[in-house]
Amino acid sequence: MTDLTRVFDVVVIGGGNAALCAAMTARRGGASVLLLEAAPDSMRGGNSRHTRDIRYMHDRPSAFVTGSYGEEEFRDDLERVTGGKTNEELARLTIRESADLGDWMPEHGVRWQRPLKGTLHLGRTNLFFLGGGKAMVNAYYATARTLGVEVLYEADVARLNVRDGLFQSAIVAQGGASHEVRAKAVVVASGGFEANIPWLREYWGDAADNFVIRGTPYNRGGLLKDLLGHGARPVGDPREFHAVAVDARAPKFDGGIVTRLDSVPFGVVVNRDACRFYDEGEDFWPKRYAIWGGLIARQPGQIAYSIVDARGAGRFMPSVFPPLEAGSLADLAGALRLDPEALGATVEAFNRAVRPGSFDPSRLDDCRTEGLHPPKSHWALPVDQPPFWAYPLRPGITFTYLGVTVNRHAQVVLQDGRPAPNLFAAGEVMAGNILGRGYLAGFGLTIGTVFGRIAGREAARHASR
Amino acid sequence: MPAAELIKEAERQMVICNACRYCEGFCAVFPAMELRRTFAARDLTYLANLCFDCRDCYYACQYAPPHEFAVNVPKVFAELRVETYRDYSWPRVLSGLYRRSGLAGGLIGAVSVAVVLLLVLILRGPGLLFSTHVGPGAFYAVVPYAAMVLPALAITLYGLAVLLGGVIRFWRDTHGSAGEMLDARAFLRATADAFSLRYLGGGGAGCNYPDEGFSHARRWLHHLVFYGFLLDLAATTVAAIYDHFLGWPAPYPLLSAPVVLGTLGGVMLVIGTVGLLSLKWQSDPAPAERRMARMDVAFLLALLLTSLTGLLLLALRETPAMGTLLAIHLGTVAALFIALPYGKFAHLFYRYAALIRNAIEQARA
Repeated sequence: MTDLTRVFDVVVIGGGNAALCAAMTARRGGASVLLLEAAPDSMRGGNSRHTRDIRYMHDRPSAFVTGSYGEEEFRDDLERVTGGKTNEELARLTIRESADLGDWMPEHGVRWQRPLKGTLHLGRTNLFFLGGGKAMVNAYYATARTLGVEVLYEADVARLNVRDGLFQSAIVAQGGASHEVRAKAVVVASGGFEANIPWLREYWGDAADNFVIRGTPYNRGGLLKDLLGHGARPVGDPREFHAVAVDARAPKFDGGIVTRLDSVPFGVVVNRDACRFYDEGEDFWPKRYAIWGGLIARQPGQIAYSIVDARGAGRFMPSVFPPLEAGSLADLAGALRLDPEALGATVEAFNRAVRPGSFDPSRLDDCRTEGLHPPKSHWALPVDQPPFWAYPLRPGITFTYLGVTVNRHAQVVLQDGRPAPNLFAAGEVMAGNILGRGYLAGFGLTIGTVFGRIAGREAARHASR
Repeated sequence: MPAAELIKEAERQMVICNACRYCEGFCAVFPAMELRRTFAARDLTYLANLCFDCRDCYYACQYAPPHEFAVNVPKVFAELRVETYRDYSWPRVLSGLYRRSGLAGGLIGAVSVAVVLLLVLILRGPGLLFSTHVGPGAFYAVVPYAAMVLPALAITLYGLAVLLGGVIRFWRDTHGSAGEMLDARAFLRATADAFSLRYLGGGGAGCNYPDEGFSHARRWLHHLVFYGFLLDLAATTVAAIYDHFLGWPAPYPLLSAPVVLGTLGGVMLVIGTVGLLSLKWQSDPAPAERRMARMDVAFLLALLLTSLTGLLLLALRETPAMGTLLAIHLGTVAALFIALPYGKFAHLFYRYAALIRNAIEQARA
């Protein structure tokens, strides 16, 4: 049994990648460490359980990556997706400190595998974990236990006692009782607030009820709110989140990777009024897949329908729910409860606008529409060969951008610009410093690992003073 | 055919896995799954028999229970394998033994030992059974040559015929042609995979067996059992050649090939089966299928008893206990071979066929 009355050197709040990296590093730095995970052990690991790969800087290929990925290219990629919404100092630090992950992670129990089929576009830049994110999380928990980190599950941290920017203790609900856990330093690595629907409603109103949360239901952002209440300086747009198109039949929480749909480029997407609203063939799906959640979140009723015909069927990764199938567009409209005439008119206008070309999903081909708004720039083929398939789509929220500002020591920065001496943050709760906007595959884990390690190291150092 | 509900459940899980694919690096099942978009009964039967039950995918699965998707591939595939062994077995009356293989194994064992002992007692008399026999032909003084060889041969041939018949039907049902069965490259590949137990390697990490930690213990213990079994087969074969063609009847000296091979094999089998039983005893029941676990235990115990009685017979063969021990040993051997086509031994045949099919498929893809 963990003795909660003793004073720990470091208490880590959270149970995902960043928390585990902080806990292991602090423990290796000689600190006594208590990790508080809100989930039960069967569901531990936050959103890290749904991940599969990590982006890192490397100067040569290996058995698991196909080529090099240098600092400048990494920085350019980050600049491109964030449009400059990044902290240059912290971004450089993250990229440089990612260089040893290929060795550090296996030293802590993680095993690599070759890039999964269908993810070849990431084969050069990202390392894939054997068995995916939960296997990584399991490996870290096993290593943490071996190192002597104490772990408490179903430990819900209600709030922190902070006086003049100095952390004193955490109030923890666990096993039906409330405990005050004292420590010399704290690392907050408890994720974003995307699973907190009432909080999302503050920005999105009723639309928030139609969002699907792809990850853990435990990311309710309680500690984020608490830190902001203690005067932490916010970073990132509170209204913004990263969201992809997921099947509307997905579970409300924790559906993870299998509910995403890759059918969009192979047909048309219409909204509740049976109207198209965005260019389905703008760019390659891996580059575009990240914007469709946000697009659908802004459509009436937060719903859309991806429609493909016999030509498009089978060209995309299989998904977990079967398509709705019909022999005619009118029947399909009936099944989707869309206005059949409106759907017929939309598809007919689309088919008329399609110009002949040579269809090639492996490149930005010349199959496009002309005189249509919005256009379909590539892979445009008429949708006219039965059977017709439809998938209902909802915004699937992956993470939120709002966080707390940190400095290069992972210390939380307060409103007046002072860093809090023994209050550290890592992972999604501070990722907005570096990824202020957009999405870069496997980069959330990079931030979490790099800042988890920095926070653990600095927290242990602080505790030993 | 396996129950429709079981097929439906396995299909449901494979559709989830095929949309995720995180486990691709663990074994052959997931790359084989990715060659398909739909999963008919024959696909699922094939995939289930390609699964080595290493359980890595269960612990790595973010959708494992208590997640509402409740993905538990090792369990559902073990259920399908039990059904495969039963469905492809023959005759129907006896294939029911798969349902209660623990009880059946015990009964067959007890009855076989009793029958051999009784026959010796009645036909040869207690005086002969309890006296010391040494020198060439000592065993045959207790159980005559023909009585030892002919029933053993019959039982073995029967068992092989049942299993071969089953695996041929399995091959046809999973859409294999007769020509494909003779694909030399696939055959070699499958043989290498089988003899190395490649897919108990978990992509280098080992099995999550007996629990969430990665370990190669099961693979090594299984190697001991399998190669111990082969050594004992080799010992028997060499002894048969000595006896039959060289006119040199058992028992053989301690440093002769049959005794050295047999002893080594026996010791390996004892260590391997005890190790596997102990791992099974500790193992997490969540990804396990109870009927399969009982079948495993029955087969392991039969192998263990056969090896132990064999080793004991070797140790005490020059004492008055030899006659009784020989009868008991022959009884356990008989029980092992009678139960062969109706127990876990079947996995050799169906997994091997699945590995060949996999080698053919992957070479094409």
